[in-house]
Amino acid sequence: MATAKKAAEQSNLPFAYTRYSHEQLKDVLRKMYLIRRFEEGAEDSYMRGLIHGTMHLSIGQEASAMGICMPLTDEDQITSTHRGHGHSIAKGADVKKMFAEFFGKTTGYCKGRGGSMHIADVSKGNLGANGIVAGGIPIAVGAALSAKRLGNGKVVVSFFGDGANNEGAFHESLNMASIWKLPVIFVCENNGYGMSTSTARSTAVANIADRAAAYSMPGVIVDGNNFSEVAEASHAAIERARAGEGPTLIESKTYRYRGHSKSDRNRYRTKEEIEDWMTNRDPIALFETELKEFGVIDDHGIEAIREDVAREIAAGIEYAKEGPMPEISDLARFVYTEEVA
Amino acid sequence: MDVAVRELSYSQAIQEAMAIAMEADERVILMGEDIGVYGGAFQVTGDLVERFGPDRVMDTPISELGGAGVAVGAAVTGLRPIFEFQFSDFATLGMEQIVNQAAKMRFMLGGEVSVPVVMRFPAGSGTGAAAQHSQSLEAWLAHVPGLKVIQPATPHDVKGMLLAAVADPDPVMIFEHKLLYKMKGPVPEGHYTVPIGKAEVRREGRDLTIVATSIMVHKALEAAETLAGEGIDIEVIDLRTIRPIDRETVIASVKKTSRLLCVYEAVKTLGIGAEISAMIAESEAFDYLDAPIVRLGGAETPIPYNPELEKAAVPQVPGIIAAARDLAKGVR
Ligand SMILES: Cc1ncc(C[n+]2csc(CCOP(=O)(O)OP(=O)(O)O)c2C)c(N)n1
Ligand SMILES: [Mg+2]
Repeated sequence: MATAKKAAEQSNLPFAYTRYSHEQLKDVLRKMYLIRRFEEGAEDSYMRGLIHGTMHLSIGQEASAMGICMPLTDEDQITSTHRGHGHSIAKGADVKKMFAEFFGKTTGYCKGRGGSMHIADVSKGNLGANGIVAGGIPIAVGAALSAKRLGNGKVVVSFFGDGANNEGAFHESLNMASIWKLPVIFVCENNGYGMSTSTARSTAVANIADRAAAYSMPGVIVDGNNFSEVAEASHAAIERARAGEGPTLIESKTYRYRGHSKSDRNRYRTKEEIEDWMTNRDPIALFETELKEFGVIDDHGIEAIREDVAREIAAGIEYAKEGPMPEISDLARFVYTEEVA
Repeated sequence: MDVAVRELSYSQAIQEAMAIAMEADERVILMGEDIGVYGGAFQVTGDLVERFGPDRVMDTPISELGGAGVAVGAAVTGLRPIFEFQFSDFATLGMEQIVNQAAKMRFMLGGEVSVPVVMRFPAGSGTGAAAQHSQSLEAWLAHVPGLKVIQPATPHDVKGMLLAAVADPDPVMIFEHKLLYKMKGPVPEGHYTVPIGKAEVRREGRDLTIVATSIMVHKALEAAETLAGEGIDIEVIDLRTIRPIDRETVIASVKKTSRLLCVYEAVKTLGIGAEISAMIAESEAFDYLDAPIVRLGGAETPIPYNPELEKAAVPQVPGIIAAARDLAKGVR
């Protein structure tokens, strides 16, 4: 890797190609596909009536989740949002257990109690998606407080959307993280809309990152569809946090292709706008082009990744179907901490 | 004068009431998240933004505490806001302004102001939306003097009670069960009101009184029909308002039937069933009781995602039938 890095520095490559090995970069592509195919699989299962409720798909936002999570270790923690499938997979979750959760099975990450909106994987540091906009932001600050007091070197990333930046919890959290210099990174995935309301209509500042000034922390804007750019900002913020210098606010500008949830008529945005993002700024397509350009992978390699991902998704859905449903008699389990046996 | 009556859904009835209120009074405005072009998360505001414009059908940022407070402030100073919480669960974010400000402002200021705000809360389980989007929190708000809290169960009532709420000088909280939105029923055209604070006997009977709220009224009626076939004659009261409670209607019914079953979706303990039970225990109806009062409410758990667990977490028709049968027959 050291030699790759050296060579890259000489050739002025984008950050990711100087920092990561070819194997790592290929794995990033694989995971971006895994996120997308997972969500397509979940959407399809929903259409077939295998999954109930609703779900919020992050298709189009894969580079953001992957770029932010790349520098994190398994011990580092995240809090996520209602649009959290990508964060979950990027943080290392197994799609089998995610599907099982969506199918309401005891083999799911939350034993069928949480579903899509509460997907979590505590073993890999994902403290959970959230049904409450901005609900995870103070939780992340609390996790960062633990990390600081316990001196365990962990950093915490809080993902949230542009809509969340108008909740009081966002402002209160940034302020506390700043005054206490906590190792937390606030990641606003700005996909242009909170449900139907554009940031122009909801938010008084042009960039969410501008809010950082009010809380004396760096505010960084990145192209959220460019993996390398996101990863670079994430590395810098995490280094700062680990060095005890406090929080950073990263605004990752991106776009969601699908409707807000399963009941969206898309009346607040144009077809042209959606198509423009899909055809000209797709994060996976952009990344593939770069990888090929820099000689990391060829078409055969990409095809192999796609096939491998398709197999993993199909196996995940099978696993989910086979799992047992919770017993009705277990309705009240997990409400309180059960007695230690 | 004959008034035309059509079949409307519950959500259409709400929309019609809001439109009538806005036509009649410039001061009435709607506020909430995604109630404009999106039409509201449950399509209740629908196309009203096209009719009344974005200045009167206002999309707020995702700011429940601030948004609710702005509605309160506007209500105190001359507007008549109808504020929609996207889900009743998010009342928890607006609680400060509802509980500390809206409910108490008139009192604290010695009657110098009124707070004619209406807040709407899509509530309840049954949609697979899991623990943070399925709660029934109406009893929380009903615990606060200064608020009025209603749970209309039919399209007819929701229109009439919403119009009563808009005309009311005090803050009125409307809990709308999400599964009722698509339910249809007869709704008269034009303006009418259904009084806040008045229960409705939906079915008369001699053997047993069921006091139910919101969607449970329909489940109780279904149970009553089934049990009628077994010769058990059930009276079903739709409470409609949980603050202030219509004591007279409930007490009179229990004096008649001597048996009481309370059915509601919110968590069973410390809720509306406890209040109704205590009210009977404290009243002259107590001496008429032939059996202990029975409550059927939500399980002592958050609402689970899994659909079977979700159903098991709130009263369903078979459970109501079983409880009512046992109570009527004196089985305990
Ligand atoms: C406190 C709260 N208010 C409202 C909602 C309903 N809601 C869920 S997601 C959402 C939009 C969130 O927008 P944003 O933060 O930009 O995230 P995105 O959906 O774009 O990923 C809304 C209004 C909620 N879940 N919680
Ligand atoms: Mg957004």
